[in-house]
Amino acid sequence: MKRYLPFVMIAAVAVLTVGAGAIFYRAKQRAIAGGGVTRPSTNEVGTEPLHVRGQRGAPVTLEEFGDFQCPSCATAAEAISKLEQDYGPRLRVVWRNFPLAMHAHALEAALAAEAAGLQGRFWEMHDLLYKNQAVWSKASDVRPFFNMYARSLGLDVERFAKDSTSDEVKARVVSDGEHGVSRGVKNTPTLFINDREVRTSFSPERLHEAIDAALAETTPKAFGADRGLPPAKIQPRGERK
Amino acid sequence: MTGARSQTIFYTIAALISLIGLADATYLTVTHLTGEDVVCGSGDCSAVLGSVYATVAGIPTAAFGGLAYFAVFSSALLAAFGYTRARIFLTAVVAVMFGVTLWLLYVQAFILHAFCPFCLLSAALTFFLGGIVVATPSTTPSQSEGGSTAP
Repeated sequence: MKRYLPFVMIAAVAVLTVGAGAIFYRAKQRAIAGGGVTRPSTNEVGTEPLHVRGQRGAPVTLEEFGDFQCPSCATAAEAISKLEQDYGPRLRVVWRNFPLAMHAHALEAALAAEAAGLQGRFWEMHDLLYKNQAVWSKASDVRPFFNMYARSLGLDVERFAKDSTSDEVKARVVSDGEHGVSRGVKNTPTLFINDREVRTSFSPERLHEAIDAALAETTPKAFGADRGLPPAKIQPRGERK
Repeated sequence: MTGARSQTIFYTIAALISLIGLADATYLTVTHLTGEDVVCGSGDCSAVLGSVYATVAGIPTAAFGGLAYFAVFSSALLAAFGYTRARIFLTAVVAVMFGVTLWLLYVQAFILHAFCPFCLLSAALTFFLGGIVVATPSTTPSQSEGGSTAP
């Protein structure tokens, strides 16, 4: 018996590890997704996105619930920016605030981005905040940084500073957060492609695959297959620049 | 304490340590696969685990760590039961892990400028395993007579 004991132990550890990993994975998936696969957007108050990049009629909408201090969100932001270039008018990007309590300055950053949005420069501030995330996120007081970014964008800094603490801006962030919670968002970044939660990693390759799949689903309908028109040709990944 | 007995104790400790590493790597692998941010107190797990160094050919780096720890567990256990070839394999795996750990520490310190406590735990375990492999008394000729077969 002793001869086989180590092999039995090794097999037991292998089985336990795989089993525990699988259970943990399923538990995480349930926690993230709330058990559902597709989460259609609702028509409740706060569901109308304020920050949209791309054409309204685009066949694919990528909606992000993000936190400006979340490093994974910064990675995702880079990937999404690349996707926008790759897919052009076929992709529409929607941003929603979901500042996590675990990030000390996430809420302030969301308010700053919304304040910039009141002067029509939301996306520019969005990009700046992610680009400089490593700098401001380590500061104890982030306001000087945000004011500096506002100045560099040509904003009225006094108004920006005032707006950053205004009820209107706070309401925008809270509204996005509540909308996220209503759709089961718990972590950032949480991405939805055509209202379906993206569960892969946020690498450009995986997102390409997810968008290609969404295009394959929506293109015939969007471009009038039901009207006898051929579906739009989807460019193979290798041909993108 | 005889050399053979102390060897058994050392290898058993190595096997137990590798189980901690296996749990750590499994947690990180699953978290990576779910695409979730790892919550790690004062650490900066997201910066490390969301970086390009967190995957190799699309496979989470932590998964390779898990396989390595499983290999260490298996070989240390077999070594504790007297399989001499398992000792050679254990030394080789720990040496590779040691090198990879040094590289990953360099990446965290000088490229990402962020540290992930789960990764640091893994690094500490690997260094500990390295210490055990080095400190384990070498096999005497009389003890190695059994070759690679079980006692």
